Amino acid sequence: MNDLHNLSVKALANLLQTKEVSAVEVATRFLARMGGNPHNAFLDIDSEATLAQARASDAKLANGTAGPLEGVPVAHKDVFVTQDFATTAGSKILSGYRSPFDATVVQRLRTAGMVTLGKLNCDEFAMGSANENSAYGAVQNPWDTTRVPGGSSGGSAAAVAAGLAPAATGTDTGGSIRQPASFCGITGIKPTYGRASRYGMIAYASSLDQAGPMARTAEDCALLLSAMCGPDADRDSTSLDVPAEDFTASLGAELKGLRIGIPQEFFGEGLHADVRAAVDAALAELTKQGATLVPISLPRTELSIPVYYIIAPAEASSNLSRFDGVKFGHRAKDYTDLESMYKKSRAEGFGSEVKRRIMTGTYVLSHGYYDAYYLQAQKIRRMIADDFQNAFKQCDVIAGPVAPSVAWKLGENANDPVADYLADIFTLPASLAGLPGMSVPAGFGAHGMPVGLQLIGNYFKEAQLLNVAHRLQQATDFHLRKPEGI
Amino acid sequence: MSLTPQDIDRIANLARLELKPEESERMLAQINGFFGIVNAMQAVDTSGVQPLAHPVAAIQDIALRLREDVVSEPNNREANQRSAPAVERGLFLVPKVIE
Repeated sequence: MNDLHNLSVKALANLLQTKEVSAVEVATRFLARMGGNPHNAFLDIDSEATLAQARASDAKLANGTAGPLEGVPVAHKDVFVTQDFATTAGSKILSGYRSPFDATVVQRLRTAGMVTLGKLNCDEFAMGSANENSAYGAVQNPWDTTRVPGGSSGGSAAAVAAGLAPAATGTDTGGSIRQPASFCGITGIKPTYGRASRYGMIAYASSLDQAGPMARTAEDCALLLSAMCGPDADRDSTSLDVPAEDFTASLGAELKGLRIGIPQEFFGEGLHADVRAAVDAALAELTKQGATLVPISLPRTELSIPVYYIIAPAEASSNLSRFDGVKFGHRAKDYTDLESMYKKSRAEGFGSEVKRRIMTGTYVLSHGYYDAYYLQAQKIRRMIADDFQNAFKQCDVIAGPVAPSVAWKLGENANDPVADYLADIFTLPASLAGLPGMSVPAGFGAHGMPVGLQLIGNYFKEAQLLNVAHRLQQATDFHLRKPEGI
Repeated sequence: MSLTPQDIDRIANLARLELKPEESERMLAQINGFFGIVNAMQAVDTSGVQPLAHPVAAIQDIALRLREDVVSEPNNREANQRSAPAVERGLFLVPKVIE
């Protein structure tokens, strides 16, 4: 059973249900792989806490009360609060923080039977596209340890790619599930905004943040997503009253007649040739299966960058005002009065990208600037959402690249935050519109680095997206390839 | 439009952030750099467009719901205060605010 770490969630669940392997054995195998914290993927590991959950799962498997994913390990991005593990959101300001409760998503996956392996590194408060903004050090891409894993769910993507966890949770505000999934050669999906509860997910930009699963296959993502979604009426006021769904039910359906919209704006001169070649090859495979490609236009794609980088920092500046050194988190040692305590605690606790976004957000919400920036951005946001609805009159799903290039070198954009912002261009539009989006391994580009195909669906069409991804994975093996030595 | 060092000081005060002089300087350059890409937004004619807050409101009416006004949380003071920087007799401590 030495290759347990290469098995899918589905295969592990089967082995556990038929009692060919125990939850403790599976957890022990993954904990052994996590030893020494390869790629700096984890921020908190506690073998005793993991094994206690595994023993509880084994008891349920023995007495017939097991959930569908009983005993299958999962690791959580550190923005989900957990009782059994520390939660920092990748920030010094929350160093050592212990939540009194579990996030709804964490609790639902546990109810489905999943055992928590630990907490995964991420950009501080999920602000970043390379995982270089973590206060606890960058994460390495398992395909080339001198390159970034993408962000902000970089630890999640690296852990799955390196076989440190069969699946992970991530959050996506402007592409933070899709882009690292693409950079690390795994599969990840962000559902429709409002599908998954945000309760216990440390808020960055409340009108954009969504939780989603990351795993090797679309089928595994469907299994996790089915457990994660559903209304959370008393806990999250933005949670939609849309019932949970079995996203595996329609996997395997034929693609014949499926119209795939190809936005011309996603294939302009900014797109690197190696990424384009891999995306084109994946699209060719889908047409071979009966889908047709339809040219469409998303005319405000470029505008999504300023719109997003106004709205998200504005909401962040409000959300992050709770970190004041009073009820939780870091408090400065030397201060003169309450105001200086706030200012020094926040100055010491936040990293530079977080400070930059708080400053930008505070400015655009301040008196005299609100209409020109925040309100204007929210209006263009509606125009972007309307552009998608127009496009969906001509197609069923939209496909294109996730990012203009493969993963870049660690440190390459360190002094140029705007360079990272511009690289988000293809993931931001769906985020602003609140549409479901995913990344599926589509091949390899420059330097042998993975390339993902982005699929965007209309609201609540996650099952359709997952099916397209699943069909692609039936015909290709990119999702099964692993970095050397894994 | 360009921000000035005075703007940075004013915003930092509103955001309750103490910035070191070199940090303020870097912040000024970076935020001004960022506003270079924001200007494209100003040229868009948005007259008559309603701002979009909950994205799914693009296709259906979304009303933020209210829950029943009943007590639902148990007293969990100890766990809630476990990560507090300073606590005494169940109260959060802050520097004196009233002389």
